This record gives sequence, structure tokens and C-alpha cells, in this order.
Amino acid sequence: MRRNYYLFAGLLLTGVLAAFALLGVFWTPYDGAAMGAEKFLPPSPAHLFGTDNFGRDIFSRVMEGAGTSFLIALCTIAIGAGGGILLGAVTGYFGGLADEALIRVGDALTAFPSILLALVVISLLGPGKPVNLVLSLGLVFIPSFARVTRAAYAEAREANYVKSVRLMGASHARVMLVHILPNTMPVLLSALTIGFNNAVLAEASMSYLGIGVTPPDASLGYMLSEAQSVFGRAPWYALSTGGVMISFLFGVGLIGEGLRFREGGPAL
Amino acid sequence: MKKTFLALVLSAAMFCALLSGCGSGEPPAAGPELSVGIAQDLDSLDPHKMVAAGTKEIMFNVFEGLVKPSPSGDLLPALAENWTVSDDRLTYTFNLRPDVKFHNGSIVTSADAVYSLERLSATADTPADIVTVDAFSNIASMETPDEMTLILRLKEPSNEFLSYLTAAVIPAGYEEQETMPVGTGPFRFVSRTAQESVVLERFDDYWGGPAAIKTVTCRVIENADGILMSLQSGAVDLFAHLTITQAQQLTDDFRIEQGAMNLVQALYLNNAVEPFNDLRVRQALCYAVDKQAVIDLAFDGFGFPIGSSMYPAFGKYFDETLIDYYPHDIQRAKELLAEAGYPDGFSMTITVPSNYQPHLDTAQVLVEQLKEIGVNAEILPVEWETWLNDAYIGRNFESTVIGVDASTMTARALLERFTSSAGNNFINYNHEDYDRLFTEAQSCTDDDEQTALYRAMERNLTENAANVYIQDMADLLAVRNNLTGVRFYPIYVLDLYGLRWES
Repeated sequence: MRRNYYLFAGLLLTGVLAAFALLGVFWTPYDGAAMGAEKFLPPSPAHLFGTDNFGRDIFSRVMEGAGTSFLIALCTIAIGAGGGILLGAVTGYFGGLADEALIRVGDALTAFPSILLALVVISLLGPGKPVNLVLSLGLVFIPSFARVTRAAYAEAREANYVKSVRLMGASHARVMLVHILPNTMPVLLSALTIGFNNAVLAEASMSYLGIGVTPPDASLGYMLSEAQSVFGRAPWYALSTGGVMISFLFGVGLIGEGLRFREGGPAL
Repeated sequence: MKKTFLALVLSAAMFCALLSGCGSGEPPAAGPELSVGIAQDLDSLDPHKMVAAGTKEIMFNVFEGLVKPSPSGDLLPALAENWTVSDDRLTYTFNLRPDVKFHNGSIVTSADAVYSLERLSATADTPADIVTVDAFSNIASMETPDEMTLILRLKEPSNEFLSYLTAAVIPAGYEEQETMPVGTGPFRFVSRTAQESVVLERFDDYWGGPAAIKTVTCRVIENADGILMSLQSGAVDLFAHLTITQAQQLTDDFRIEQGAMNLVQALYLNNAVEPFNDLRVRQALCYAVDKQAVIDLAFDGFGFPIGSSMYPAFGKYFDETLIDYYPHDIQRAKELLAEAGYPDGFSMTITVPSNYQPHLDTAQVLVEQLKEIGVNAEILPVEWETWLNDAYIGRNFESTVIGVDASTMTARALLERFTSSAGNNFINYNHEDYDRLFTEAQSCTDDDEQTALYRAMERNLTENAANVYIQDMADLLAVRNNLTGVRFYPIYVLDLYGLRWES
């Protein structure tokens, strides 16, 4: 097998950024909420990314914000993938009326722009709480995972190896979990990486719109919305925050691509 | 081939347009023309039908009443040259200024004033689109002994009646106000292009002498991004109500004039819920908050610190000694908290309507300042509707950052809301002395005495730390460097009369 540069580069980039965000949970150069320094300082050795409109250290806030954003994205994907794979597997494997009904419901949900749907859910649950943000985004991500998983299971249902293990007396649960699931991995892994990137972006959009993370907590999306209004005066704010976000998305994207090569899936 | 040619012509045309756009970037020479940017189109041209503050702001220059407000908040004679009030305060006699002309050339008489006041009084056959003035229902009769005299008899005495006579006087029987408004102001209406512009021209027969600027074009620029562009490209010479961020990005061709928004921005505390029902806790918060630091951090230093529910535009009612009643003193705040039984501080929420970025920014600074005395404040951003229903009407909140304004230019409008029985007493303020002072002020007939009582009410709010008062927010206006004469009013108007170009 030829060396998988995609995977290597992706893991390296994501690893560095994840370590950076993880470090931000325990230690930052300054308190990210403290308004101690002068406002709108350009990047310097003391403030690597400069300071924002309140005189807060942007580097520290990016560290904290990246952690918040990635954590929210991870939880979102956990809910979306968990629910989606379970639903997709059951409906795809058994088929029938439940399958039809659920697929139609999924179609109806995907007919709405996902942000709009998340907005509705979050306004029902009440904005301003990270838990509600994760729940609403998680729900929105379920249909896409369910669709991918269902397709894979529906195909596998008729495969000879499934029929064989059924004849050998394996239970439905065992067939689904032990025999089919590993075979859907290539598809699922790329769905996971793409989904994760979408979740990071979704969190950013929600916070950008002011219904995600509440100030003064930092998240990349909220920081971008703050940065946008002062772009003329402190371009480094938007550039550094946006740069970190894009690098992370790029890294995860590379991992997804790399995994597809390794599993022998189709390259995009 | 044809298409290529067309594309060439088009791109050439666009290039010319670009060039001319750049050409207008030169600052205009001192001259008689002025271009003002306004953020919204006018809703009606009839002075008795307009609702939007942005409309009244511009048409202030076209219409006048018997009296008109001054920049300091007093009422100046306008169409009425002078007036007398009877001792029982029931009869007002106005002598009109002689030879004042409407924009259509006719002379202003007392019949026009009666027509205008009647048009604004609510009766059974008042058209629905007239914005009636409730105070005029207090008028028992109007008499016009001669063309230049108007006598108003009231049903009951009122200290505030005169302030409503700023209502526009229009020619009796003139029906075309909606399309071709006619008033007596220093500028007359010329034309309007919906969603685009309104053109005014100076009225050479104005009783106060003609204005310096000849033509004023008000350009409607609704897009926030367009505001900066229009200023920098030279399309607009003056723009009011800029945000701090917009003001910061202006070029050197402009200067920023700072007026006041005329509202009381504070961390309003729900006096009925724990721990804010304890005076010491409220005072501790007042000591912990550094007003000037809030203004510096969140408002770039623009803003006027205040210490009670009154702002400087109120002149004689405003008590500036209250501003520093609670100096920034962390130690004192901690002691008070300890006395109140919270030596380690407590947790609280600050409800903020999320559509108001200035209030959200203020709350962020407050959270940081309160941390210093161990109070852990959490911001709860809510939609405007939710804030209105739950926090303001439902009084279901712990604390909130908001700006409270006065519906009329009277101290009562700001202070009545904190009497214990007031329906809009959203902070549940309840103090016997305060209620008593208010009742006294209402029955008081002497102006000085009444002013003293209102000032005592202000002091009462401060001493009892009803709220953590912060500032009267700044209203920023961008104006081209060689344009002078900007005057700010305690009400929402843009006075074009005094503006002039310096060479």
C-alpha cells in the first residue's frame, strides 16, 4: 500500500489543533474573559493574535473558544451519529412499513435547511444553554446518518454472507452489529468526518446568529461575529479566529479523505 | 460579435460610473447644498399623521408649533410670540407672532392654530390615521378674539400642558399635507422620491431669518454597510445615530459629534427577589461597578455617567452630585456583601435583549467587574419579545441591562414608574418616602418646589440603590469637517437651521 499522505497530514494538523484546544481547557496565557489589556492591540509577542474590542487576549480566547466549539461539535456528532446509525440500521435491515415511514419523515426533515430546523428546535427548548444547542444540532444531524446507514444495511440484507450467518442461526442483533456494521465502516467514517465538519460550522452559525454560546464565553462562531463588526479596525481578530477554524476543518477533511483511501472507498 | 460589442459598451459605461463615483470622493466646496443620510424613508408627510421617530426628526425643520423645544430642553416661543397663564392655571392666552408666513405664502392666524389643535384632538369623526394628542382632551374651549390672539381654557390645571403645544400648526383647510406639506419651519418641502430621497429648500421668509444652507437632500440609506460607504464616497455630508464601530471606521474628512441618546442605561435590579431585596447587596453592586470603565471598554469613552433615573438633558431636574455617590470601591462592596450574609458572593443572572449589542457589551463588562467581589453573574440573552413579556411586563428576572427613556420631556415620565403602585414599575421598587414625595410633587403648584421634590425622588433612588446606574448613552453623529453648527436636542430631532459650511 502506498503511503497515505492525506491521513498523515490530516492527523498531524488536527492533532496539533486539538492539543491546542485541550490545553486551553487547563491553561491559557491570559484569562480569556479578563479585560486587562489595551483595546485593539495588533499581534505582538505578548499577544500573539492581538486583543479584541474589550482588550481581551484573542489568542487565549481562541484556545478556549476552539475547545468549546469542538466539544459542542463532538457531542452533536455523538447524538446525530448514535441516533442516526441505530435508526438507519434497524430500518434498513428490516425494511417494511417502519422503514418507509421513517425514511419519509427523514425526507421531510431534510427538506428544511438544517440551520432553520435547528433554530426551530432551539427556540422550543430555550436558547442560551449549551445543552439545548447540542440537542437541537444533534437532532438535525440524525437524518443524514440514518440515510447513509440505511442504504448500507438495505444492500447488505440481501448479501450472501448475511443470508449464510442467518442460516447458521445468528440473531438479528448479532448480524447487524457484528457482521454488517464492520462492512459499512468506509461509508460511515467519511460520513462521520464530513458530519463533524458540518457540526463545527453549524455551531459557528448558531453562535454567529447569537443563539448558541452566550457571552462572555468564547466559541469560534461567536468570536467571528464579534470580529466581523470590527473588521476594519482589527482585521487580525477575524483572520486568526477564522484561520484556526479553517485549519481544523481542513485537517478533519484530510483525515476523511485518507480513511477513504485506506478502506478502499471511492475518492472524491 | 454583437454580444461582444454590447459587453464592451457596458463595461465602458461601468468604468465611467466607477470614475464618476471616485470623482465625488472630493469633499464638496463650502456651498449652499447639504446631503444628509437618513436610515429610513419617511412614513408620512402630514405632520399630524407621522409616527416614525425618523420622520419627525427631519420634518422638525418643516413644521413648528406655538412653542418649540430648545437644545437645552426648555420651550421657546415659536409661532406664539408670548403667552400668559392665569393664576388658576386654567387659561392660556397666546399672542401670535405677526406676519409669520406659511410656505404657501399665507399669513399664520389664530384660526390656523385652532384648526391644527382641533385636528389633533380625538373626537368621534377623527380619521383613524391622525395621531391624536391625549393632552388636548383637557381643552375645554378655544377662543379667537382676533386673528393674532388665541385663548385656551383647560378643564383641569396641568403643569405639562405647554409641552404639547409643540404640535405642528398647519394652514386651516389645506388638504394636501400628505403630498405637498406646508408648514412654517425654516425649510420647505420640495419633493420626495420613495425609498430614495427627500429634498428640502430653505424658506426665505422664515420669521427667524433664512437658514445658511440652501438645499438639503436627505438620502435614504437603509443598509448598514451603505452608511459608511456613502460617507466615505462623499455622497453624504452628515449622518446621525452611528454605532461606535461605524464611527471608529470613518476617515479624517469627518469628525464625530457626541450627543446623548437621552435614556437611563442601568443594570436594573428586581428589588423583590433575593438577594436584591437587601439594600446592602444592591449597594455592594453599585460600589463594585465602575461606570467609567464600562463606558471606556464597551463604548470607546463615549457616554455620560449618571447616578439616578435622570439624564443631563433634563437640566434643572438633573442632580450631578449623585453621579459619584457610589465611587468604585471593591473593599467597601465586599464588606457590604459580608454584612448582608454573602461573604463569598453569590450567583445571579443578567437578562439582556440580544438584539441590543450595546447592552450585551455592557453586560459583558459588568460580569467581569462583578467577579472582583465574588459575584458570579451569567448573561441570559433573550429575544426582544421575550424580554418585553417576561422581564418587563412579567417582572420575571433577577437583573437586566436596558435603557429607559422618557415618553415626554417631563421628570414625571422618568420617575413615576418607580412608585410602588405604578404598572410599569418593573423593578418592583417599593419605598414609602418615594411614593409620598411623588404625591406631593403632583399636587405642588410652585415650579421650584416641584423641582426640589423631583430631585429628592432622584436622591431617594440613589440612596436606596434601586438600580446600578451606568450612563446616558452617546448618540454619535458624523459630520464633514467644514460643516458647523450641529445642535443636539433632548428629543429625537436633527436641526438643519444652524448648519453652515465654513470655507
